[in-house]
Amino acid sequence: MAKKLSIGWFSFCCSEDSTILFTELLNDYYQKWKKIVDFKVILPMQRREELADLDVAFVEGAIASREQEEKLKKIRAVSKKLVAVGACAVVGLPSGQRNNFDTKTLDEINFILTRFNYNDKVKKISDFVTVDDIVPGCPMDESIFLQVINKYLREFGII
Amino acid sequence: MHTLDLNIGEISKIEGKASLSVKIEDGEVKECKFKIDEFKRFYTQAIRGKDVLALPQLTSRICGTCSNAHLLCAIKAVENALEITPTVQTEILRKLLNFGLIIRDHALHLYVFVMPDLLGVDNILDLDENDPKHHQILDDTFRVKASGNNLSKVIGGRSVHAPYPTVGGFTKLPNQNLFPGLIKELENTRPAILRLIKIFQECDSNLERDTDYVALIDDEFSFLKGCIIKNENLTITCQDFRRYLDGVVIPYSHAMGYKFMEKIHMIGALSRLNLAKDRLNIRTKEDTNKALRLFPSKNIFHNNLAQAIEILHAVDSSVDILSNLSIKDEKPIPIIRKAGVGIGVIEAPRGTLYYKLAIDKDGKVINGDIVVPTGQNQVGIERSIYEYIKANLNKNKEELTNEIEQIIRAYDPCMSCASHFLKVNWL
Repeated sequence: MAKKLSIGWFSFCCSEDSTILFTELLNDYYQKWKKIVDFKVILPMQRREELADLDVAFVEGAIASREQEEKLKKIRAVSKKLVAVGACAVVGLPSGQRNNFDTKTLDEINFILTRFNYNDKVKKISDFVTVDDIVPGCPMDESIFLQVINKYLREFGII
Repeated sequence: MHTLDLNIGEISKIEGKASLSVKIEDGEVKECKFKIDEFKRFYTQAIRGKDVLALPQLTSRICGTCSNAHLLCAIKAVENALEITPTVQTEILRKLLNFGLIIRDHALHLYVFVMPDLLGVDNILDLDENDPKHHQILDDTFRVKASGNNLSKVIGGRSVHAPYPTVGGFTKLPNQNLFPGLIKELENTRPAILRLIKIFQECDSNLERDTDYVALIDDEFSFLKGCIIKNENLTITCQDFRRYLDGVVIPYSHAMGYKFMEKIHMIGALSRLNLAKDRLNIRTKEDTNKALRLFPSKNIFHNNLAQAIEILHAVDSSVDILSNLSIKDEKPIPIIRKAGVGIGVIEAPRGTLYYKLAIDKDGKVINGDIVVPTGQNQVGIERSIYEYIKANLNKNKEELTNEIEQIIRAYDPCMSCASHFLKVNWL
């Protein structure tokens, strides 16, 4: 069997708009990609989650807790390349709006931050792991996403 | 089964993150906690001080799945606060944009999240294309989703966070030359949607619940206008919604729950069809006559069938509109910033979405109260799971897990929406 590009799609603190755009890209590209891409982990679409041996991990969303930070590092450890997708992953916003709240507003939300162990600040993906590529935009820029996936299809010798 | 700890860590094939913990001791359900695990992004606080023109595009970012519903509801609330009456053309274009969302969003839920359960596969991409039935479903999946997506793109500029709709109108009007192609594409989806309706009509999953049904209803099933109706025996105006909707503190969930008149209520496609199936598009009614006889229904799984029928209604209504629509050159109505309170209520794909905005004399948001569909269904989801487990204690852990996930999916919850608000008087 010909080698396929093994990819994972992960989501942290965000609106998951890029996930939606990704599922819509499948309308046009699934017939082509199914021959060359192994969709190994896409939790919104599947139950199984095999977190191992990924060629490329696409990560959407910002990091808001220690638990998310640890999961991100696990993803990085099993992925040859990691791509930050969408504004929250790339620059930390708009999910990180609370970073700029004044003291009074922070006092208002503090009990939630404490109760569920939120991190003090919401941060972008590259604050925790090495990011090989970015797909900016809110939602992600589809044309840049296609450029990135095509780049890795070539780099991994799939096409 | 007498004793069991059941933990579903991350429920799959839903929008966003949720989990469930169940404890059964000596044949009794001691604990059943449905938890929304999405981390809050505190939009309630973040919108304070923002200008009314910027607000709809900001709150659209609450949810990628139903972003255009947030956009349209926020615009409606702002226009009501500023006493702006949109033009007839603007209202028609907003209807089309929302129909595009209904088609795409329901199709995503039914084909991508629910269908694998019916076909016994992990996910839609596992379907065997050499099997004619599987091949057909895969083809239908992408065809129907694409038609809703393309409708939203033509009308709003993008299917997610549409850039053209604004307070007072549209910043860019759709290209009328694209309408014939859209009409053809939508017409071509009808056979696929009718197949989808047949699948859910014949599905024997059943969980009957006695609950109240609530929806915003108008004469043409537009999703965007009308009065709030409960069980056909109570009609209230949108302005009064807060007198009936009460927040419920759920300490283990990141999201607020809600009850309607202190009782568990259900919103979404099942409620809409239970309350207003006679107002669907005439062509839809003709072609789904047999399926429509199943409504009103108490079966939670009929929410899936109701969504399938709504896809057809959105397609047929869009074709009707596009076939007769001649775009006039219009600019958005200029706004005059002033103090006021505006309420917006629409039917998002998953149910009634409420915005209440208080605005100061400079057009800045003082406070916002946003109640999303999944917050309202959250209490009912947990209760349905509890009732299901209580009646099925003889089943093993795997069966329970699979069937509980199917119940949750039948509600089509959206955690991204649900968890990004905060009511401050939490205990």
